[in-house]
Amino acid sequence: MSNDNSSTPKHPVNAPDGTPVPYDTHVPTHREAEPIADPGLPAHTWRPTDVDPKAEKRAERQIAAMFIAAMISAILFVVAYFSFEVGDNWDTFAGLGASTITLGLTLGISLLLIGTGIIHLARKLMADHEMVEMRHPAASPQEDRDATVQALNDGLAEAGIGRRPLVRNTMIGAVGVLGLPAVVLLRDLAPGDALDIDKLGNTIWEPGMRLVRDVVGTPILASEVEMGDLINGTAEAMFPSEENGYPELHGAEEQAEKAKAAIIVVRMDPDEITPLEGREKWTVDGIICYSKICTHVGCPISLYERTTHHVLCPCHQSTFDLADHARVVFGPAARPLPQLPLAVDDEGYLVAQSDFTEPIGASFWEREKL
Amino acid sequence: MLLLGLLISGSLYTAFSPAQADSQPSETEQVAQGKELFLASCAFCHGQNGEGVPTVRDGYQLGPSLVGVGAAAVDFQVGTGRMPMAAPGQQAPRKPVVFSDEEIAALAAYVASLGPGPAIPNEADYSIDDLSEEERQEAISRGGQIFLTNCTACHNFNGAGGAMPRGGYAPSLHGVEPKYIFEAMLTGPQQMPNFSNGNLSPEEKRDVIAYLGSLEETPEYAGFTLGGLGPVSEGLFAWVVGIGGLVGAAVWIASHTTRSKKSKVNA
Repeated sequence: MSNDNSSTPKHPVNAPDGTPVPYDTHVPTHREAEPIADPGLPAHTWRPTDVDPKAEKRAERQIAAMFIAAMISAILFVVAYFSFEVGDNWDTFAGLGASTITLGLTLGISLLLIGTGIIHLARKLMADHEMVEMRHPAASPQEDRDATVQALNDGLAEAGIGRRPLVRNTMIGAVGVLGLPAVVLLRDLAPGDALDIDKLGNTIWEPGMRLVRDVVGTPILASEVEMGDLINGTAEAMFPSEENGYPELHGAEEQAEKAKAAIIVVRMDPDEITPLEGREKWTVDGIICYSKICTHVGCPISLYERTTHHVLCPCHQSTFDLADHARVVFGPAARPLPQLPLAVDDEGYLVAQSDFTEPIGASFWEREKL
Repeated sequence: MLLLGLLISGSLYTAFSPAQADSQPSETEQVAQGKELFLASCAFCHGQNGEGVPTVRDGYQLGPSLVGVGAAAVDFQVGTGRMPMAAPGQQAPRKPVVFSDEEIAALAAYVASLGPGPAIPNEADYSIDDLSEEERQEAISRGGQIFLTNCTACHNFNGAGGAMPRGGYAPSLHGVEPKYIFEAMLTGPQQMPNFSNGNLSPEEKRDVIAYLGSLEETPEYAGFTLGGLGPVSEGLFAWVVGIGGLVGAAVWIASHTTRSKKSKVNA
């Protein structure tokens, strides 16, 4: 084996005067010789279908059979499409409907057979002589690049942009100012007064507003809430009626208020609750209420475990301890869930003492200012 | 008149009570039988009087107190085979039932005697058979809303169940008897919160059960549900079976074919 490598010194090396030369990081642009000689292609061997006419015929028949079966399957698809109704016979085979299974199978088999037929053809009958095709350089030829640069420069020179700074500067200015209409238009894609930061700090809750069960809208009697109960609730104002006198909300406003008003109410042993300072009177006999909106990115959470008093957010596994002012015990959330101060009205129904005392939901830049 | 009344009721009582006692044990007998069963099978974890057994770790219990859990809790836990547990742990899985119906009734009667708690619901509480077709559809759609608000977080959008913290899981609700779904909502088994009658009214619970029933009757037009677990099972299927199949096909396309030792004469 010839060693063409001998002319390339191994690192580290010493300079002729004996001082060590640091590692050579220079990558040679041109190799004198390949470090290992090119072994070339192995001798071509033939397939049975190349040398045996019988095998060739057989492969031909196999491929044709696959294509014919694909045709039949495609026709069967059309037949099945018109024979079976989607709604009928919906558990014919292993819980699958007659229509579903026949349409899926016939179309699938048809496509699969066309594919396997083509691959079979390539593997058995197409010429398979090995050949070498050298990589071509990724860059365009130098003359093409020069010509392109030349054309560009010629164009600039002819337009005279370089010589006429007034034209150049006003053109750049015109395109730049065009950004303003875009900003204004995009800004108004936001619904209504969404840019009013103060709205993010307030919800529809107000002093004396009743808590109601979500979906059904019935108020909650404090005496009927049992130990271990979890109530997914909202504000009574989300169920306006003549009786309660709250105004009807519509469209985006209703959706926004609905999302912000969502609460979870749980009842636990009052001794287990360790209230924050100033929140001692926010609960009613162990009934405690928090915003249902996760403080991480605002998913609704109600995966509650009564034994641990933990509520878990299904999106990113933030876990809050509801017995301990909804402290974050795990996960990416940075703040506890906002707590809604509770009281009981004359008729014994749960009401809010006030709105939430902090913005609910995910953090935002101006949050601390509210 | 009073004497006559007493006489008649007395003779009627003597005439009928022995027969009743034969077919159905009196409540006192049930409680006594239940206590015996309880001492043999439950007291190790729940205490000899159902007061619960605390562990050395403060606030942790081998088995919780059963005072006030009611007959419904016993009927659910023992009737679904969750209790007695094979070993204490995060999850009490459903398994073959070990007690007969009479024994479960006796245990329920005993635990109910420890303190007031929810009773076993009647079939009328959760059945929608009495409703008209229109009312039934209404109940199903309302139950769906209630289910999606209150239950989906743990039990998945179609009731297939889901993972819970620290190795637990919310079980699948498919194929669970309406009575046990009702009792589970009523009593909040294990980590599950209660949905007591003050929280979700009995009609609302019935609607949830009607919705779950309708889920099972709804045809899966689109074929396999892969457990109805959503992106987890579907993603797993796509990555393992779908991409695995494509990789297999690519390997097959590029693999060597059979070679012959002969060579083509006119090549």
